[in-house]
Amino acid sequence: MKETFLTPLMKGNPITVLILGICSSLAVTVELKGALVMALSVTIVTGLSSLVCSLIRNTIPNRVRIIIQLVVVSLMVILVDQFLKAFEATYPIDKALSVYIGLIITNCIVMGRIEAYALGNKPIPSLIDGLASGMGYGAILIIVAFVRELLGSGTLFGLRVIPEAFYNAGYVNNGLVILPPFALILLGCIIWVHRSIDKDLQEK
Amino acid sequence: MEYLSLFVKSIFVDNMIFAYFLGMCSYLAVSKNVKTANGLGIAVIGVLLITLPINYLLNKYVLAPNALIEGVDLSFLSFIIFIAVIAAIVQLVEMIVEKFLPSLYSSLGIFLPLIAVNCAILGGSLFMQQKEFANVGESAVYALGSGIGWYLAIVCLAAIREKLSYSNVPAPLKGIGITFITVGLMGMAFMIFMGISL
Repeated sequence: MKETFLTPLMKGNPITVLILGICSSLAVTVELKGALVMALSVTIVTGLSSLVCSLIRNTIPNRVRIIIQLVVVSLMVILVDQFLKAFEATYPIDKALSVYIGLIITNCIVMGRIEAYALGNKPIPSLIDGLASGMGYGAILIIVAFVRELLGSGTLFGLRVIPEAFYNAGYVNNGLVILPPFALILLGCIIWVHRSIDKDLQEK
Repeated sequence: MEYLSLFVKSIFVDNMIFAYFLGMCSYLAVSKNVKTANGLGIAVIGVLLITLPINYLLNKYVLAPNALIEGVDLSFLSFIIFIAVIAAIVQLVEMIVEKFLPSLYSSLGIFLPLIAVNCAILGGSLFMQQKEFANVGESAVYALGSGIGWYLAIVCLAAIREKLSYSNVPAPLKGIGITFITVGLMGMAFMIFMGISL
């Protein structure tokens, strides 16, 4: 049970090891707030879809399983999306983020965990595996967003952390960090660090 | 002139890969050699070109507020409808390719059905919904442009990776790590197109 939970966080991390779900992840990491919303949404969607697919795994005909999984996943995403819309007045989120919430449907992590784990295991381990995969994904998202927001805008969660005195002394925010390509380079560096520590993961 | 501007913009400025990171999974997985990258790129252009106008019409005449029945807003169903249309079209394309182009079918293998879960396709539909195009023509031009943008990106990366396999990269960075950094540098090069309008 403990191993089911820990593997997706480190050794089987969806982003840095399995290279799944890069699609919708990097565009939301300019700010920590968006990254946190995205991380929570993905965790909930992967957990619940794995649970539901595992519950009905013995009744799904093998030939149409992709369509059924897509329907289950899109139902979960619609739930999350409607939930976020309900709180839009008090906690406004970006219009761009709402597109990426929709794109959780095609996030490879969700489908990947259902195919690889939930269809062959009992509901409770599947739920844990789904949640842990979502968290492994979220952890990378938050690391990337932390660096990008700190260096790019000098803020964290929208609060200024780099003091005004630095700016007066000539410190300038790094404009490159805000741009999309930097997220990829940063992710490449995270993979570099991860694989230097864990030598088993290196490709020959 | 507006069509031309939209076309150029969707290829270079709003490039699916470099500006929005859409379709990254198959982009990284299938870009090991130019030949398969070529096949997948063309398949993505085809699927985008068919699904986007269909989804546009569905969005305009069924899902939008007050479109089907006065006072009914079905827009919360758009995710599930879009993905169903995409899955159906991909299935159809797969059957056609299998029947008429068996050599391409065998070279693409598993990646053909996986186009259904390619974020670039669903992302195209969702951005189309957000951009509120005036007519079907605009959505088709947008689909063609984004498809070609994706195609260009995957063929370029495949060509670079073919050469990259001969170079001496630090062990932890080998394979996927250096690929990410390469894509980042390519993205920076693509940024020179920013702000172009025709």
